[in-house]
Amino acid sequence: MSYNFRDLLALEPLTADELGFLLDQSKPFQEIQKHPLKKLATLRGKTVALAFFETSTRTRISFGAAASRLGADSMNLQAEASSLKKGETLLDTVFNLNAMKPDCLVMRHAASGAANYVAQHLDIPVVNAGDGTHEHPSQGLLDALTIRNRLGTIKNLNVTILGDILHSRVARSNIHLLGKFGCKFTLCGPAMWVPGELEKIALGTAIRCVYRIEEALEGADVIMMLRVQTERLNDPPLSANDYILLYQLNAERLRRASSKAIVLHPGPMNRGIEITPEVADGPQSCVLEQVTNGVAVRMAILYLLISGATETDTHPALEVKPKESANASD
Amino acid sequence: MLLIKNGRVVDPATKTDAALDVLLDGEKIKEVGLAGKISAPQNAEVFDASGLIVAPGFIDLHVHLREPGQESSETIETGTRAAARGGFTAVCCMPNTKPVNDNASVTRFILDRAKVAGSVRVWPIGAASVGSKGEAIAEIAAMKKAGIVGVSDDGRPIATARLARQVMDYCRSLDLPVIEHAEDVSLATGAVMREGVTSTRLGLRGMPAAAESVCVARDVQLAELTGARLHIAHLSAKASLEQVRWAKSRGLRVSCEVTPHHFTLIDEDVTYDSRFKMNPPLAAREDREALLAGLADGSVDAIATDHAPHEPALKDVEFDRAPFGILGFETALALALEQLVGSGRLSLMRMVELFTAGPGRVLGMERKIAAGQPADLTIFSTNYAWTYHVKESPSRSRNSPFDGRAFKGAAVATIVGGRVVHRH
Repeated sequence: MSYNFRDLLALEPLTADELGFLLDQSKPFQEIQKHPLKKLATLRGKTVALAFFETSTRTRISFGAAASRLGADSMNLQAEASSLKKGETLLDTVFNLNAMKPDCLVMRHAASGAANYVAQHLDIPVVNAGDGTHEHPSQGLLDALTIRNRLGTIKNLNVTILGDILHSRVARSNIHLLGKFGCKFTLCGPAMWVPGELEKIALGTAIRCVYRIEEALEGADVIMMLRVQTERLNDPPLSANDYILLYQLNAERLRRASSKAIVLHPGPMNRGIEITPEVADGPQSCVLEQVTNGVAVRMAILYLLISGATETDTHPALEVKPKESANASD
Repeated sequence: MLLIKNGRVVDPATKTDAALDVLLDGEKIKEVGLAGKISAPQNAEVFDASGLIVAPGFIDLHVHLREPGQESSETIETGTRAAARGGFTAVCCMPNTKPVNDNASVTRFILDRAKVAGSVRVWPIGAASVGSKGEAIAEIAAMKKAGIVGVSDDGRPIATARLARQVMDYCRSLDLPVIEHAEDVSLATGAVMREGVTSTRLGLRGMPAAAESVCVARDVQLAELTGARLHIAHLSAKASLEQVRWAKSRGLRVSCEVTPHHFTLIDEDVTYDSRFKMNPPLAAREDREALLAGLADGSVDAIATDHAPHEPALKDVEFDRAPFGILGFETALALALEQLVGSGRLSLMRMVELFTAGPGRVLGMERKIAAGQPADLTIFSTNYAWTYHVKESPSRSRNSPFDGRAFKGAAVATIVGGRVVHRH
């Protein structure tokens, strides 16, 4: 098995085999995170361009750390500092970055489909680090890796996603990844954020929308929280008090889930709104593991896209076995 | 003089479908007679229309020519050349130019430019409100005197029910149709396509069908209140069509048009390619089915292209940022032949009606192939095989989702006032 795509724009078009390969390739990089010396020379001399047209802290730093630990250099473009405000088009900005000859472009943009659009015009690999309300592939992969570590499998689980699903790129990437491994989804939140159309966005995946958190949590193996975007709460639809009343994940509600259930949150969390501190810091929470795993997943993505490596290549994070001497047979 | 021989004349206005010859003399039709029975004068040119359909000149009720003000996207010259290639002999240009056509001097400018540079007739639509801002009523009477054939704030709806009512009252007294871009903008805020499974999957903000039908409901009730002639532009939703049917059943003077892209494509065809972005957006499968039924049963009065050129620099951007609209002139007839006639849903006669007598009635004019009528004719083939390459278009813009599509049937000659303005 190998990863045959030039870019990583979305998880929806990938097969279970391809997704599994990406996860398998991430695992040795997880081990690297535990070493006192975390730096490899795999991508020495390569350059990763990080273009974040929408504010981001952890994803940008995580990709930067991933590049650095692979030995690559990175170039940073942040929207505030860019010429976009001076009226330059997205494509012109990207062409200018590309003229500095990076080996890969990692981009985040507020417009859904922006990474697809850019990738059509570039000859280097493009990694989508979040496009509008479409997908966030590396988040989907790091979530799956976290679940696999904790529960031993990502197959046939009951996954509950809570919050503003309509506007969540994280939810879409998770549905498209875990759905291909037989997971069943329950989506729950205020009705205007959980439209019935969501049940049909991934053919072949069982998705249901419910509007009572108690029902949504019943028997769940994995609970994925989404950040409640306070700017949306302030938009007419809903008061924070109502949200807390109906949808906040607290310890009492969590007891309805499977006793081994785990809780994920892509961050940043609004403690006291969508999740209580008790749950966020409790034993079922995986929040910080997700962040650690994020670096490993992003190392795998950059490594595979830039080097074009396949299954038959020795993984750079595995210790190179001492070679037998050339004249051992003498 | 020009003698058009051996063609099959299809004219819904006279319910004619027969092998007839048509003799044109200057700007008028001189004689229509059985094939071979007209004796043309010695000096007459002869056009052999064997195997071709001879129809009254096609009228496009809804186009954007972008002049004045946005000449990098289109001009009256380039737009009307594209219209002629598509078989249109007259086009109604919407007032959302820069400046807006909300006064008689802009109207006169457009007509003067059309006289000098236009390939086909240009019939301007005036703005309903000053600057199409939805506040004061524009100088509609002065524009009518200058030559407008209707009013609209197209690009947006007439802003409030109160203003729409006033414009309808006023236009009833002036005997002008009010052409409405029906949209409840509060339901469409930030939306870039139709709301549904596809918008949800792509993460693109959708507007529900109700964004259109809520406004149509408002307007048909105001048409009843005022007795005005109301024409719903680029109708896309099943629920809107039901409102129009209701109005017609009550005898109201309400009509509507449908675009070729709405009877051909649906929201499921949308990708992140901005050539699939227009307003109203491509609708649901069931809406398209309803439009096809309405085109067949007479509920829909006209096919209009909503030809909306945008130069590549504006259109070739992220889907969210791209302006709404696509080209329409050169693919309209071929799409109608393919989707409506080829599919067996409509007779050729009915399709021709939607391009000729239908839009003519909306404007209050009768167009037919008869002695004394203007010599505007569209001569087309129903089986000529060709491929649309947008790079060959005379339009200044390239925003068509049909680029590269293979078609059967095309305009072979477009004749305006006795002059052949397009010949294939």
